[in-house]
Amino acid sequence: MYLQDFIFTLSKFWAERGCVVEQPVDVEVGAGTFHPATFLRVLGPEPWNAAFVQFCRRPADGRYGENPNRVGGYYQFQVGLKPSPLHVQDLYLDSLRAVGLDPATHDIRFVEDDWESPTLGAWGLGWEVWCDGMEVTQYTYFQQAGGIDLMPATAELTYGIERLCMYLQGVDNMFDVKWDKHVTYGQLRHPWEVEFSKYHFEELKPEIAFRNFDSYEGECQRLLERGLVLPAYEFCMKSSHAFNSLDARGAISVTERQRFIGRVRGMARACAHEYVKSRARLGFPLLPKAIGAKAKEAFDGVGSSDSGGVNAGALAAARAVASHAEELPHAG
Amino acid sequence: MPADLLFEIGCEEVPAKMLAKALADLPAAIEQKLGAARLTWSSVRALGTPRRLAVIVKGLADRQPDLDEEVVGPPVSAAFAADGSITKAGQGFAAKNGVAPDALVKKEVAGKKGVYVVAKRHVTGNETRALLPDLLRDVAAGIPWPKSMRWGWSETTFVRPVQWLVALFGGEVVPLAWAGLTAGRKSRGHRFLSPNWIEIASADKYVDALRDAHVVVDPDARRDLVRAELARLETETGFRVRPDEALLAEVIHLGEYPVGISGGFDPAYLEVPAEIIVTAMRTHQRYFAMEDAQGKLAPRFATMMATIVKDPAVVARGNETVLAARLADAKFFFTEDRKKSFDDWNAKLEGVVFQAKLGDAAKTIGHKVQRLVGIVEALGGSPVAKQAARYAKSDLASHAVGEFPEVQGIMGRHYAKLAGLGDEVATVIDQHWWPKGQGAALPTTDEAALVALADRMDTIVGCFAVGLEPSGSADPFGLRRAAIGIWQILLDRGWTQHYARLRQAAETQLVAQGVALTDSKPLDEFFRARLRGIFIDQGIPAQDADAALAQDFRDPVDARARALACAKISKEAREVFKRVANILDDARGKKIVIGGNPDPALFAAPDNVEHKLYAAIKTAQDAERSARDKRDYAAVFESLEKLRPTVAAFFDKGGVMVMDPDPKLRDNRLALLHWFITPYITIADFRLLAGAAA
Repeated sequence: MYLQDFIFTLSKFWAERGCVVEQPVDVEVGAGTFHPATFLRVLGPEPWNAAFVQFCRRPADGRYGENPNRVGGYYQFQVGLKPSPLHVQDLYLDSLRAVGLDPATHDIRFVEDDWESPTLGAWGLGWEVWCDGMEVTQYTYFQQAGGIDLMPATAELTYGIERLCMYLQGVDNMFDVKWDKHVTYGQLRHPWEVEFSKYHFEELKPEIAFRNFDSYEGECQRLLERGLVLPAYEFCMKSSHAFNSLDARGAISVTERQRFIGRVRGMARACAHEYVKSRARLGFPLLPKAIGAKAKEAFDGVGSSDSGGVNAGALAAARAVASHAEELPHAG
Repeated sequence: MPADLLFEIGCEEVPAKMLAKALADLPAAIEQKLGAARLTWSSVRALGTPRRLAVIVKGLADRQPDLDEEVVGPPVSAAFAADGSITKAGQGFAAKNGVAPDALVKKEVAGKKGVYVVAKRHVTGNETRALLPDLLRDVAAGIPWPKSMRWGWSETTFVRPVQWLVALFGGEVVPLAWAGLTAGRKSRGHRFLSPNWIEIASADKYVDALRDAHVVVDPDARRDLVRAELARLETETGFRVRPDEALLAEVIHLGEYPVGISGGFDPAYLEVPAEIIVTAMRTHQRYFAMEDAQGKLAPRFATMMATIVKDPAVVARGNETVLAARLADAKFFFTEDRKKSFDDWNAKLEGVVFQAKLGDAAKTIGHKVQRLVGIVEALGGSPVAKQAARYAKSDLASHAVGEFPEVQGIMGRHYAKLAGLGDEVATVIDQHWWPKGQGAALPTTDEAALVALADRMDTIVGCFAVGLEPSGSADPFGLRRAAIGIWQILLDRGWTQHYARLRQAAETQLVAQGVALTDSKPLDEFFRARLRGIFIDQGIPAQDADAALAQDFRDPVDARARALACAKISKEAREVFKRVANILDDARGKKIVIGGNPDPALFAAPDNVEHKLYAAIKTAQDAERSARDKRDYAAVFESLEKLRPTVAAFFDKGGVMVMDPDPKLRDNRLALLHWFITPYITIADFRLLAGAAA
């Protein structure tokens, strides 16, 4: 199966099960979880099912294109199912069958791997899914994002596209993966790996990245004060990437890391809180109108005050919606 | 008639370690609930796999016994009027308990003054069937998971989403609803090998029914199966599986139906230190390492699948591919690392921040290494210790440790040997991280112990100086663990003077790098509390530890001897000596200056009790002299114990009033007590020795 067919197959599989096939976010991110389609959509009571490919930048993992398994930029296929249906595991295993990984032939296991993103103030419980000892998917039930308790819970599935394609195509080197009949992954991606490794490890000027970080943080705060949550969140993503780049450059020490992570988390948290408020103001528009109005009413009753209030408000809104769960869209 | 109970919670894959703990705790939890419900049973057994937790109770009574009980009501004076007629309160109490007013009994009640009305009640026992739904729901909801979660819209929390419930008592379904599910008799077989629902007829059919559905639900049976599979792989490959009980304990909970496979890797990777290979296999892949007859690591591994597949060779190849990638990484790192010297790494560490808050002149690992060398010098460390201190952290800059943090120190040892730094230095580099956890090995050489101590002391003093001390359960820099390590090493080495010198040296080094120290009290308390914890873990009663440590904790060997000696002081003696100490404290509280030697000329109490005490103390002090010189505190306290009757007589029978209105007599008596108690109270603070726990 060519890499692009893998993406087509998974997209179609999840579209048929009720997912919106979203597109990648056009800001540098380290993981699909940063995509607003995940980080922001998991908040509050609105159902949301989406699948998308996201290019992820992990500057520290760059190896100048010399390591067959490790790169500084790669693709994730991410699925978010909110609320998580009771049979997510079955759906997921069907998706593996769809791309040709049959549990009758392979040893598929769910091995504990709780997920936490200190920069996003987010955590969840779940597994890494192993296929013959290889981690092929990160599977997480989100419990909190931006410091807000998540109800309903979202199941997030993150497929490692390159790894799965290496396995399916029987190649030992990521760069040998066939993207389609004519073009390999290496032909498309190798020069990027070489140049960006050189940039991140040798050429990146820390003073510029530090300055960028500061100005992104300033913009994030300023925009939040103006009620522009979505642009503010973009600056949160950008500062996170600036941090990752500095980290790869070796410009941030172990303890300074904590401070930077704390600053990004502060932004993510503020964005999350403002986002829930903004959705409440709009009447939680992904809900049917009448139910959205109920949710808004419940939110306003509790949550319009300080930040603790947003969390309580989001839970109250979700509880107002929960009794209508049967009427709402869900994946499956 | 008693019958068997089966309760199964079907779940998405429970993490291996949490499953082990839950299975261990479950029997006691259910026994507690059954006991509280006045039910009897003959045995309780917990079973489980990653996808299910089950408990089987055999011989469970089918009903509670009837209960005859006495309910205590209001005092008779409230229940009955003066003329003997019953009051409103009395009527209410009788009605509430379903007894006629004239059936109320009047009696005295233990622990209460006066006479109360008591209702004698007969409660008919409930049927077990009726009690089970609530009881089982409580058991399920009460399993203490370290982390639990919500799923979907559910309000229930559990370790992972709950998928089904089976509850059978005497073969009948228990009507139980929980977590949005209703219990039945349908369970599930193996996810891939027996994907259909299976009916469980009764508790005694459970294990076999699951076995037929490719689920080995008994963890012990699974352990046997894994061992048998490993043995099979040993026979097939001709290599031994390197024993790893911790890994085995985890592996048995990674699947419902373990099937062993073995794979290999390119022998060229064996040039990489074995620890890296084993670590990569174990922590990342849960593979067992294999070795030849001489115990040398073989280029093979053994692992368990969680299912039967069409062709195990396919799965083995997949696993080999994953491992090859990991080992390729490891080998690359090892090769790259060997192109660098320890001084190259140290140069790199000068740019790596250890603790930013220490300020620009002290914050990097390079700065820390300077301090380590300084501390080791201040404590008179050998040339080996000094050189090792300089290179103790170098391997942190290596690729191998960057990739596998758990081999820090271990790689330093390998690289030090390869670089010709010598075995002694290599050992210190490795062991200065020891102990690595509770009950883990301690450094085996004086040099390693010294560097280990210096490193931890520097971290602790530095963090406290910049306000990063632990608070509550938060200890992000592991300072508590570090302090415990310091005490364990000092006790193990029998080093009595090092603590104070280490602290002094660490402070000097930090100050030299521009760090401003803060109040030393919190740090004292922090160290004292850690030593206290160690003593208590060693079985020393908390109050004995407190009494000894209140005086001085800096010499842990001496403090432990003093704490242990407290066992020689009887409960009665504790009360007496505590009283002495309290009297002196009260006097000081009244601003009375206590001091000087007691003057026998001023002894005036009847029966010569003061003289007797004075003489007894003098005799005791002479007798204790050699024990004191030898720090034989137990012998000192044995001698003190003998003084108890004389001291007690001073207070009790003689009735000496210490706080005599005549200040001269008063001060002399206080001086007597002070003179008596001081040599003992420097061993243990009697004010902290309550009698009860002795």
